[in-house]
Order: sequence, then C-alpha cells, then structure tokens
Amino acid sequence: MMLLAAIQWHTFFFLLFSLLTCGFALAVVFSSNVVRMAFFLTISLGAAAGLFFLAGAEFVGAMQFMIYVGGTLVLLIFGVMLTAHERFISMKTKAGEWVMAAFLGGGLFLLLVRATLMVPQWNAPNLQRDQVAQSEVHDSAAIGAAVSAYRADSLPSSSAPPAAAVPAGKSVYLLPFEIVSVHLLVVLIGAGYLARAKKRNPGNAWQA
Amino acid sequence: MDLLTQPVSVSHYLVVGAVLFVCGVVCMATKRNALGVLMGIELVLNGANLNFVAFGSRILRSDSLGMDGQLMALFVIVLAAAEAAVALAIALNFYNNHASIDVDHADDLKG
Repeated sequence: MMLLAAIQWHTFFFLLFSLLTCGFALAVVFSSNVVRMAFFLTISLGAAAGLFFLAGAEFVGAMQFMIYVGGTLVLLIFGVMLTAHERFISMKTKAGEWVMAAFLGGGLFLLLVRATLMVPQWNAPNLQRDQVAQSEVHDSAAIGAAVSAYRADSLPSSSAPPAAAVPAGKSVYLLPFEIVSVHLLVVLIGAGYLARAKKRNPGNAWQA
Repeated sequence: MDLLTQPVSVSHYLVVGAVLFVCGVVCMATKRNALGVLMGIELVLNGANLNFVAFGSRILRSDSLGMDGQLMALFVIVLAAAEAAVALAIALNFYNNHASIDVDHADDLKG
C-alpha cells in the first residue's frame, strides 16, 4: 500500500501511453504485413495523442485524433486496400538491409538520447507543475487568439487589453496559418489531379 | 519502480520522441512497399511533434516555449495530412502504371 501511495499517477499514465506508442511503433517496423502495419500505426499515433493530453496540450491531442488518426490514417488504409495484391501484402526485406538499418537506427538513437540527457534543464522536473496544471485555462481560445489576434501567454499582464498588445518579436501566427491554408488547398487540387481516373489508351506507350 | 515515483520531465518526452523518430527512419530505410515508406514518414513527423509539445508544455517545464510548441505541432499535423494526400496519389498513380507498389521497381528515371 505504501508503494501504491507513492505512485505518481501522471507518471504512471505517461509510462502507459509511452509504452503503447513505442511498442506499436516498433511493431510497425518489424511487421512485414502492410495491413497489420497500418493497424499498429493507428494504435501508436492514438497513444501519442494521450501523451499530448498528459503534457497539457489538449487541443493538439484532439487534433491528433481527428486529423491524424481519423483522416490521414484512413487515407493510408484506403491506399493499402487499393493496392492489396497478394504479392504486395507481405514483402520481406533482405537480411543485409536489416543489419544496415539496425546499425543506422541504433547509432541515431544513441546520439539522440545522449544529446537529450546532456542538458540538465531538460532532466529536472517542474516542481510547480501541480499549481500550473490547476491554474492554467484549458481551452482552445488561446490557440485561436494566437493564430488571429494576440499571444495570450506573452501579454505584459493579464489585465491588459488584448487589442494592439502584441509585443515586439512576439507576432501572431496569421501569416503561417494563411500559407498553410493555401498550401492545403493547392495540395488537395494536386492530389485530385494526380489520382484522377485516366482513359486507357492502348496506343499510348507512356502508359504501358 | 523508481521510475513510477518520479515526476515526468521534458527528457522523458524527448526519449519517446527519439524512439518514434528512429522507428520512422528505419521503417523508411527497410520497407519495400511504398505505403510502408509513407508510414515511416508519419512516424518521423509524430516524433518531432512530440518534442514540440514537450518543449511548449508549462506542466513539464516552467520556462517553456509557451504557445509556440502547440502551434508548431498543429502546423505539422496539417502539413502531414497534405503530404499523405499527395504521396498517396503518387503511389496510386505508380500502381496504375506499373502494376506494382514495390519501390525497387520505380527506376524509370535511371540516368
């Protein structure tokens, strides 16, 4: 019972979701069946959304569920179904390529983890995190304001009027948001153009 | 058990992000199915996203990036959706023209 009382539940759920995320990401790598890979990727990204919730980024976590798990992965699964020929369901990788990939991946992982552990500020837990978790307003209004009008987290004081209160160098994300919107429109038109059904022309060698 | 009784810091998140990133890179390098390569890209983007959110979280770090981390993560999610749509269109076009989804067969542009 002493042990149970000492458990930090935030840490417990972090470990649970991170084990799900990492375990199913590894399953994606080591599975050779593309249908199973798509399913494992769904679980891995869904558990990553849980990690976003635990970090206090509820809106990003919800968007991860709706756009990534609900949109992008459904698109990927459609791609898997449209190309699900028996030859392509399960494609084995050569052993030599696995050795090369393990070498590369292991080296990269050691480098990243070593770089992470070398910075002391990143290793120290935030001691005021309970106050922060209680005092922080958890809604998406701050994100909406940061996209369109002002940055709620960099105002001089909470009582200051938000109008014309954008400090120098702390500009809002209106222009990147606009660029992303136009980019998304262009990409969707391009994807529709690329994937359109063509008329089969037997005399055209380009399509053979 | 020591792991359970300590609060989570930024580096916990960074290690999870590193695992996702490395899984994605290995997936991109080893899969012969074009859709498998696409899944590797999704894993890499998600690992980077996890780092953005961890650096922007006030719960994990008192002098955090603030709103920047979450907004960057949102932009990455939107761009990943766009990238997946285009890559899938290219993969389906390749499948229609070559009757194959093996990336080793995509060697028409040999120099």
